[in-house]
Amino acid sequence: MAEKNISVTLKVWRQASADKPGKFETYKVKDVSTGSSFLEMLDILNEELQKEGKEPFAFDNDCREGICGMCSLVINGVPHGPGRGITTCQLHMRSFKDGDVIVVEPWRASAFPVIRDCVVNRDAFDRIIQAGGFTNINAGSAQDANAIPIGKADADAAMDAAACIGCGACVAACKNASAMLFVSAKVTHLARLPQGQVEKRKRVLAMVAQMDKEGFGNCTNQYECQAACPKEISVDCIAKMNREYLSATVVEPA
Amino acid sequence: MNYNAPVTEGAKLDGHIPEGPLAEKWTKHKFDLKLVNPSNKRKYRIIVVGTGLGGGAAAASLGELGYKVDCFCIQDSARRAHSIAAQGGINAAKNYQNDGDSVYRLFYDTIKGGDYRAREANVHRLAEVSRNIIDQCVAQGVPFARDYGGLLDNRSFGGAQVSRTFYARGQTGQQLLLGAYQSLMRQVHKGTVNLHVRKEMLDLVVIGGKARGIVTRDLVTGQIETHWAHAVVLGSGGYGNTFFLSTNARGSNCSAAWAAYKKGAYFANPCYTQIHPTCIPVHGDQQSKLTLMSESLRNDGRVWVPRTKEMAEKVRKGELTPEQIKEEDRYYYLEERYPSFGNLVPRDVASRNAKMVCDAGLGVEASGRAVFLDFSEAIGRLGEDVVRQRYGNLFHMYEKITAQNPYKTPMKIYPAIHYTMGGLWVDYDLMSNLEGLFVVGEANFSDHGANRLGASALMQGLADGYFVLPYTIGGYLATMPPKATELTGDEPEFREAAKGVRERIQRLLSINGTKSPLEFHKALGHIMWDNVGMARTEESLKRALDEIPKIREDFWKNVKVYGKNEEFNQNLETALRVADFLELAELLAYDALQRKESCGGHFREESQTAEGEALRQDDKFAYVAAWEYTGADSNPALHKEDLKFENVHLTQRSYK
Ligand SMILES: Cc1cc2nc3c(=O)[nH]c(=O)nc-3n(C[C@H](O)[C@H](O)[C@H](O)COP(=O)(O)OP(=O)(O)OC[C@H]3O[C@@H](n4cnc5c(N)ncnc54)[C@H](O)[C@@H]3O)c2cc1C
Ligand code: SF4
Ligand code: FES
Repeated sequence: MAEKNISVTLKVWRQASADKPGKFETYKVKDVSTGSSFLEMLDILNEELQKEGKEPFAFDNDCREGICGMCSLVINGVPHGPGRGITTCQLHMRSFKDGDVIVVEPWRASAFPVIRDCVVNRDAFDRIIQAGGFTNINAGSAQDANAIPIGKADADAAMDAAACIGCGACVAACKNASAMLFVSAKVTHLARLPQGQVEKRKRVLAMVAQMDKEGFGNCTNQYECQAACPKEISVDCIAKMNREYLSATVVEPA
Repeated sequence: MNYNAPVTEGAKLDGHIPEGPLAEKWTKHKFDLKLVNPSNKRKYRIIVVGTGLGGGAAAASLGELGYKVDCFCIQDSARRAHSIAAQGGINAAKNYQNDGDSVYRLFYDTIKGGDYRAREANVHRLAEVSRNIIDQCVAQGVPFARDYGGLLDNRSFGGAQVSRTFYARGQTGQQLLLGAYQSLMRQVHKGTVNLHVRKEMLDLVVIGGKARGIVTRDLVTGQIETHWAHAVVLGSGGYGNTFFLSTNARGSNCSAAWAAYKKGAYFANPCYTQIHPTCIPVHGDQQSKLTLMSESLRNDGRVWVPRTKEMAEKVRKGELTPEQIKEEDRYYYLEERYPSFGNLVPRDVASRNAKMVCDAGLGVEASGRAVFLDFSEAIGRLGEDVVRQRYGNLFHMYEKITAQNPYKTPMKIYPAIHYTMGGLWVDYDLMSNLEGLFVVGEANFSDHGANRLGASALMQGLADGYFVLPYTIGGYLATMPPKATELTGDEPEFREAAKGVRERIQRLLSINGTKSPLEFHKALGHIMWDNVGMARTEESLKRALDEIPKIREDFWKNVKVYGKNEEFNQNLETALRVADFLELAELLAYDALQRKESCGGHFREESQTAEGEALRQDDKFAYVAAWEYTGADSNPALHKEDLKFENVHLTQRSYK
């Protein structure tokens, strides 16, 4: 497909730091190739801003191929922008038309405070994993990897859930800012495998308790999270986690 | 740097390789290493820079052993280290497929693949512990691919003749890293590891000839801090971004390793850089990074270009589509030139051949810098469904980026910088010449010689972090009484280093020039790719060595860095990293100039066989070139470590 050049108008969220108020600024970006990625378009914006003597715009990114989970922009109201199953960095300018107005904002959730412009603090996710998102195994003490066969269906289902990149789009998409999809993806990944069985009760209780402590909202089954998730993590994980949680509280009252 | 002056040679280096037969060295050495009394472990502080497979695995394992660990990364979470991006897989000599694999075969393949420029003892140890890695990862819950019987599946990768590669869909690096990350989080919860995210190491602190701490900048507040420890571990990744465009993450940088170099740690074989043959071609000057398409594609894809310049010209202009080109007009150059390996020749050979046909005017894509990778024959032979099962996610990714459908039209690919075999010099214990400084993962130079085999970097990072460093660092610490060697982080050496960091930042902020840090990085990238890339000559290297200092000078006069230090400032972060690339680039080119042979990823046009293959000069260059920093304006000094091959016989690689 032949690429062409387009010009777009950006309304970008600018906020100097967490304790200062933020506002939208409007910028024009001209002559962007439709073959460029959305983040390359923002690179061009930043180079232009610097030429005009203005401070560049801050946004998180690293791998630029949809796997590190660092990029995190709400584009025209949608976390990671238009297009299913992609991250912000996988969005290309061919999804836009010449003359489009594009609104760019950070993830908005009280558990993800803004650091600067569109960069937010997602430490809460790490603390949830610290609470129990692991198996208790020290290096050097494992048995042979093929000692326990794992049915392909379980292995595949575990992999589906393990594909979560921890980006937080699910939280940003949810009107309650719930972290259920993220937490349930890890719970499901480990609960589907024999290696995760021993501590599965303790794990789900501890992770859910931490999630609540971080100030994420409740899940009211809106499924916006699944629609926004770049890895298409299924809300079935949430159902699985609810079952795990229930059986854990029955056996071991919280 | 005066590259015309003769090379200054310093004392030779000793890799401290244990005595004894190859296969027994590691076992015996582990026994010989001194042990730290368990109740003393918590009295030792260890700094680990990096949370990738190397650093993350090391920090978690050291925490499990009971040491007090401080661990640093520049991303907002330890889970985002660049290791996350590895797609293809991880090697291990498990021989689960019963196809004749063994520790010795993995050892042999790695030595040969590295073009006989790695240490035998290290590589053998790597092959030995590779088996433990898979056990460990499965126990962590890494969802490796399995067959219908529930056992682990393997594939052959990068031309290996056995199936020893374990994989988790196209996300192997991600799953291995999440395993290490989860183990690390467990230790954070237990309080053995103190994690510092968004904190960048900007200097190493050396006291009495020993590495004793680091200086960091908090990337959110700009605060400059000092941290002391009994030993410092660097797992800060490779320096591929010296070339600006590479498959590395945007944040990947050389600054931690470079700071160590300037504090006295030797930098080994910087010219050993790997170029990956199957990446999506550059689309224009707005491009910010290159995306790798897994090497596994070459198992079924056929590489070709139009046979004549005229036809290639028409393809470039869009007047001719690849499907319109007849079979006999397609030049399957790898199959024709290498009948026995065909499309599966090693990375360096595949890359160089792509460059050769494009230089000859046969390249496609508007830039003329691309070749076809064609699946039509495979689709005909296997059916679209089988091809989809094997490569569906890769095809999907390709289509997302290029808006072209590889089921219908051939992919276009071109080589790109991917990995750096060179790095900080370490001995068998993974310790630098600077005592107390340990280096793991891609940041060290140790196991891949002049060329890394596919699926071997993940193996090496995890081997270092889980199974080698936790033993060897104990041997070092046991020589230090923990209490008597405690520090405060406020010693003159710490204050001096912190002051140096602050001054450097102030200098950058006060230049107030006209060009952005990115402009300099791009300019450097062009020079490196054109002159120090896939094919190097004395002339091109000298050109690079003339140009790099000019860009560096211009940088320090004309860069404009916005804002201040005391805030979240990505512009400043970039400027600091680019400043280091501008220095490392020169050492890289200088090393390449001195190594007047071709080996692995380092191809000197002056040294090739009649058929155009890389020609080693074993009598002159069978050594590791480790460079010592001697000051900003003087030439670095060369310390050689002679490579001794007692078990394998050196041969000319041939894939014909
Ligand atoms: C696209 C791609 C695909 C690949 N696929 C494969 C594959 O299939 N198989 C394979 O074996 N290998 C593969 N590789 C290579 C392999 O992924 C890497 O070599 C390996 O993961 C490097 O791990 P590491 O731990 O050394 O460093 P990294 O994972 O790069 O981690 C570096 C860490 O250091 C931190 N850091 C860096 N600088 C600083 C600083 N100054 N201060 C504080 N922290 C710092 C970073 O935050 C990060 O945590 C691939 C590489 C790429 C680019
Ligand atoms: S569940 Fe999906 S949206 Fe949520 S953090 Fe994981 S990958 Fe991101
Ligand atoms: S930058 Fe890594 S997922 Fe987008």
